[in-house]
Amino acid sequence: MAFAANAPSVAKGRSLWGDARIRYLRNRAAVLASCVLLLLVAFVLIGPIFAQYSIEEIDWGIMGQAAELGKPALANGHFFGADDLGRDLYARTLQGTTTSLMVGLIGASVALVVGTAYGAIAGYVGGRTDNIMMRIVDILLAIPSTLVIILLMVIFERSLIMIFIGLGLTGWLTMSRVVRGQTLSLMQREFVEAARASGVSDVMIIWRHILPNLLGVVIVYASILVPEMILAESFISFLGLGVQEPNTSLGALIAEGAGTMAYGTLWQLMIPLSFFMLTILCMFFIGDGLRDALDPKDR
Amino acid sequence: MAVLDISQLDVRFDTPDGQIHAVRGVNLTIEAGECLGVVGESGSGKSQSFLAAMGLLARNGTAKGSVKLDGQEILNLPVAQLNALRGQSMTMIFQDPLTALTPHLRIGEQMAEVLSVHAGINGRAARSRSLEWLDKVRMPDAARRLGQFPHELSGGQRQRVMIAMAMLMQPRLLIADEPTTALDVTVQAEILDLMADLQRSENTAIALITHDMGVVARMCDRIEVMRHGSYVESGKADDIFYHPQHTYTRTLLDAMPRLDAPIAPPTRQTAPPIMTAKGIKVHFPIRLSGGLFGRRGVVRAVDGVDLEIRAGETLGLVGESGCGKSTLARALLQLIPPTDGQVTWMGKTLTNRRAAELKSCRQDLQIVFQDPVASLDPRMTIAASVAEPLLTHEPDLSPDARRGKVRDMLERVGLDHAMQNRYPHELSGGQNQRVGIARAMITRPKMIVCDEAVSALDVSVQAQILELLKDLRQEFDMSMIFISHDLSVVREVADRIMVLYLGRPVEIAPRDKIFDHAQHPYTQSLISAVPVPDPRAERSRTRLKLPGELPSVMTQGSQLRFLPSRADQVAYEPALQEVSPGHWVAEHDPIETILAPEKFG
Repeated sequence: MAFAANAPSVAKGRSLWGDARIRYLRNRAAVLASCVLLLLVAFVLIGPIFAQYSIEEIDWGIMGQAAELGKPALANGHFFGADDLGRDLYARTLQGTTTSLMVGLIGASVALVVGTAYGAIAGYVGGRTDNIMMRIVDILLAIPSTLVIILLMVIFERSLIMIFIGLGLTGWLTMSRVVRGQTLSLMQREFVEAARASGVSDVMIIWRHILPNLLGVVIVYASILVPEMILAESFISFLGLGVQEPNTSLGALIAEGAGTMAYGTLWQLMIPLSFFMLTILCMFFIGDGLRDALDPKDR
Repeated sequence: MAVLDISQLDVRFDTPDGQIHAVRGVNLTIEAGECLGVVGESGSGKSQSFLAAMGLLARNGTAKGSVKLDGQEILNLPVAQLNALRGQSMTMIFQDPLTALTPHLRIGEQMAEVLSVHAGINGRAARSRSLEWLDKVRMPDAARRLGQFPHELSGGQRQRVMIAMAMLMQPRLLIADEPTTALDVTVQAEILDLMADLQRSENTAIALITHDMGVVARMCDRIEVMRHGSYVESGKADDIFYHPQHTYTRTLLDAMPRLDAPIAPPTRQTAPPIMTAKGIKVHFPIRLSGGLFGRRGVVRAVDGVDLEIRAGETLGLVGESGCGKSTLARALLQLIPPTDGQVTWMGKTLTNRRAAELKSCRQDLQIVFQDPVASLDPRMTIAASVAEPLLTHEPDLSPDARRGKVRDMLERVGLDHAMQNRYPHELSGGQNQRVGIARAMITRPKMIVCDEAVSALDVSVQAQILELLKDLRQEFDMSMIFISHDLSVVREVADRIMVLYLGRPVEIAPRDKIFDHAQHPYTQSLISAVPVPDPRAERSRTRLKLPGELPSVMTQGSQLRFLPSRADQVAYEPALQEVSPGHWVAEHDPIETILAPEKFG
């Protein structure tokens, strides 16, 4: 308890969030990952200024001879090389990373908010309400999520918004189950009963006691969800239903690169792949760091 | 030669916060057929020294020194050699018999495993040996138990199985680590008797690790008192109890509430009732096996309780686990809606009201829980936890005024305000319980429910918290419902006591009447089962033992256990009769009829 002994003697309030920030900043891996992710975002935002070509411009001189002439080089303006059609991979990777990051972050946030709210309410209210709410989740889970997204794409127009809606629609389901289970076990804890005994309203109990204690699980799960969303988007793009050419995403780029890797154009795979892996690794470290930071027991 | 000879045992743990020196150079010997009591509060290293001897230390622990079993050095032996000894020459039984038994193996299989590993006995021979030992530990219906799973047995039965398993190979040494702490008093008395018998008949040496001086007084020949990893005093039981040398031993003995200690007369009895409850019933629906979706059954946790609490009075609720005392208290506070019955609080009906309507009453009705850590939100500082009722009941208070009130209350319960920013895991159990009390007291309630509020604490801390509760009761002039399984604690605080048995009151009386002239056989058996920290008194006491295990609330006719003459009328409910002013006793047959075994079962 050496930690407890030198606590400040000033009677200043400490909050969960303030403490969490201090603890997060102490976690080197998480701080490094956040810096890398920030740099990545900055690069994605600023990078297009330096691009010599747009994402759809075809360099006719290279088309068809990507293996010989389209290598990554400063001289020809294709910093990351070119693809088989002679399009600039630098511009395309930047744009793909933007799309994937947006899909991952927005999709995961939608799932996070909807899933947590739904699961926490179902678990807290319990009884018949819980039963009905969770059976709805069961039924929705039984429908393959790709089918839902494909239907959405077919019925409405193909757009990024539709991908967000589609992924959001399906992503919260598992999240709500995880959250409900956690809520149920939290409800058994005496501090929830203590709050009820002192007359705290249900909404405030969920807000002040249930949600903060859910955070650990929710954040770790969300950090897994981000790459999952990016992968789901890639898969849909791979099917030709996702992002529409000439727009692109990391998934689409990786799929293209994987198709041509036998022809001596390995950079077409490796460059988008490194961006993809970097993003996902950062997400994992940040998620872990957040979980540890939000747990006061952690030292 | 001593069975166990420990010399200069040193145990250290490497933790992220640095090294913890848990046991500091401990020496002890146990002779064959002797019972050695190792006494100390939590964190004194009493369990760790024996875990080290058994080679069961956690991975970050290291042990130095010497441990000799029958003259053979066993400390830090390789696991294979230790395994040959463990279970054969020395065995250990633990506090929680449910977690110590493998849930998916039948009792017979678990016992046979020990025999097969250590003696190569299998099949029918193993079965008959197991059966023999289950009989020796007085397991009712032993043959059937062999085919049952641990969860099908009661706590006391499980501990019997653990003891039978430990004794299968007739070990030289039995280490019992708080073997009865998780059990009810009456069951505890039986298990202790059983261990004493085995010690005598098998000449087994027993090391009894416990915090309970009463248990020690009953069982042990010699005692070692442990504190902060080393022995502060050791000697014969009588010397320790009657001539303690070390101040710590004296503190421990003084802190222990005892049934035979002189006590101040209860406080006033005349004030008007502030809470009355009539016919409180709490029934829980449960699912039974059978049918496609299972049948529905009902657990009658609380089944018709009337009570009233006067202003400034403390009512003790006593009973064994599963008797519905906590459920009753929660039903009174409307934390669990009662199935039937009416609760009136200062002229207002509390039952069947909506949460919003109850809110104003919650300010006056507070509760302190058993587990001080679990009842505080781990993600809130203690100041935030204490301030929460204020946020609800006095939302107009300025943040500064609120902080001031919290600080005053924390200081009132004996916590330095510098601690207010700590989280519950940074405080000790006693400090956390003080926080729990501060949270309950911050709205200045008129009544407070203490649900086993001191049961999870060490004796010396327990005494302090009891003192604090008594002071606060006086200062704020509040009523209290004090729930406990520990009669000696209830005796210290309660003015009136209600004894609950399977959801019904069997006896209600002023405190002194209960302890001096208990009428109901159940109350008598409870009182006689409480160990007294006084070896001479313990040796001369006779106990009232009721035959059989405590029946479950689910069993039909279980309410007639003390009324076997009406056993044929399954639905009959024993009525409360007033035997003297204020002393109510449930209908029961004379004690001789109940003790006659053929009438009940």
